[in-house]
Amino acid sequence: MDIKTSLMIIIGMVFINNFILSKFLGLCPFLGVSRNIKPALSMGLAVIFVMTLSSIVTWLVYRFILLPLNITYLRTIVFILVIATFVQFVEMVILKKSLALYRTLGIYLPLITTNCAVLGVTVLNINNFFVNNHPVAGSFFYSVLEGFFAGVGFTLALLIMSGIRERLMLNDTPSLFKDLPIAFVVASLMSLSFMGFNGFRF
Amino acid sequence: MEKNNNLLKEFTKGIFRENPIFHIVLGLCPTLAITTSLENALGMGIAVIFVLVFSNLVISSIRKIVPDKIRIPCFIVVIASFVTIVELLMQGYLPDLAKRLGIFLPLIVVNCIIMGRAEGFAKNHKVLSSIFDGLGMGLGFSLAILIVAGIREFLGTGRLLGRTVFLGFSPLAVFILPPGALLTLGLLLCLFKKLKKGS
Repeated sequence: MDIKTSLMIIIGMVFINNFILSKFLGLCPFLGVSRNIKPALSMGLAVIFVMTLSSIVTWLVYRFILLPLNITYLRTIVFILVIATFVQFVEMVILKKSLALYRTLGIYLPLITTNCAVLGVTVLNINNFFVNNHPVAGSFFYSVLEGFFAGVGFTLALLIMSGIRERLMLNDTPSLFKDLPIAFVVASLMSLSFMGFNGFRF
Repeated sequence: MEKNNNLLKEFTKGIFRENPIFHIVLGLCPTLAITTSLENALGMGIAVIFVLVFSNLVISSIRKIVPDKIRIPCFIVVIASFVTIVELLMQGYLPDLAKRLGIFLPLIVVNCIIMGRAEGFAKNHKVLSSIFDGLGMGLGFSLAILIVAGIREFLGTGRLLGRTVFLGFSPLAVFILPPGALLTLGLLLCLFKKLKKGS
């Protein structure tokens, strides 16, 4: 659990390997809910929340159930089920505990199940922090960190995109480029600028 | 005769008219991430066709047994099982390709096209038409990613399927990198819109 590795994970997940702009994970919500800033922010918060918690849950499931029973090939099935039930559970808890929070996050929660960024981060955690089926030192901590900051990176890209698209709405774009095509071109330019972070070295 | 026509319609609609990528704009993550070369796109296309056809088949055969409320988890289990089969087969027989597709192989589970077809078609159609729908949609998806991959590989490396096409062509490396993927798809969407308007 040294500081340097943690910092690398944080900066890597938010800027260098941004989930949307360089790994192409979670593009559907990125284009679907980036028309306005407000829903984009709610979606981002919901994703951070679910990603962090599912990183915790899937790490525990993998370490204490799949590995001892030697059924790691069931990883994909188990993880997606865990995430799906978990999201459902979170939705019910939020509905019961806080109506205000439910109103902000509620409708976005079911969408998150099929957000490939969530399954993506859990699979990446296992690939990165388990060597030959043994967790590396601080594996759990790093997984949670990666889950949280991948969500932050996702939210950052989503917020920038929604800000730009709000302005784009006022502009006179050629009719063929309206809506999605121009959004892709904008995303391409954003991705180009995020590539500048590649130069970060410690 | 009419029945055959219907099946043909289910089959062809996915290829152009309702192309999953260009028309419905679903399943974008693999489309952009693995289209750095034609070979990867081909592997991904075949994997998706396999999963789509079999998950459509199973889901449409169990559509009357599954209670409505828990249908989504049930569908996910069906899809995830086929994805695991593909994953294991590919790791066994084509380890290089499996390595290059990386985490996008298990991520076929959350490819919106597959869930979308299960929810939008297989759930309330007969088995045979669901199979044809899956086949058509899968082919449409493969065709679309092959086009994207062809453009990116050619402009980014000057090669197609690993072979040099023109001598003295200086490649634009940005097309192999993430921004090139987004740009290519944006312009292709635009072109598709134009073609559709014309027809």
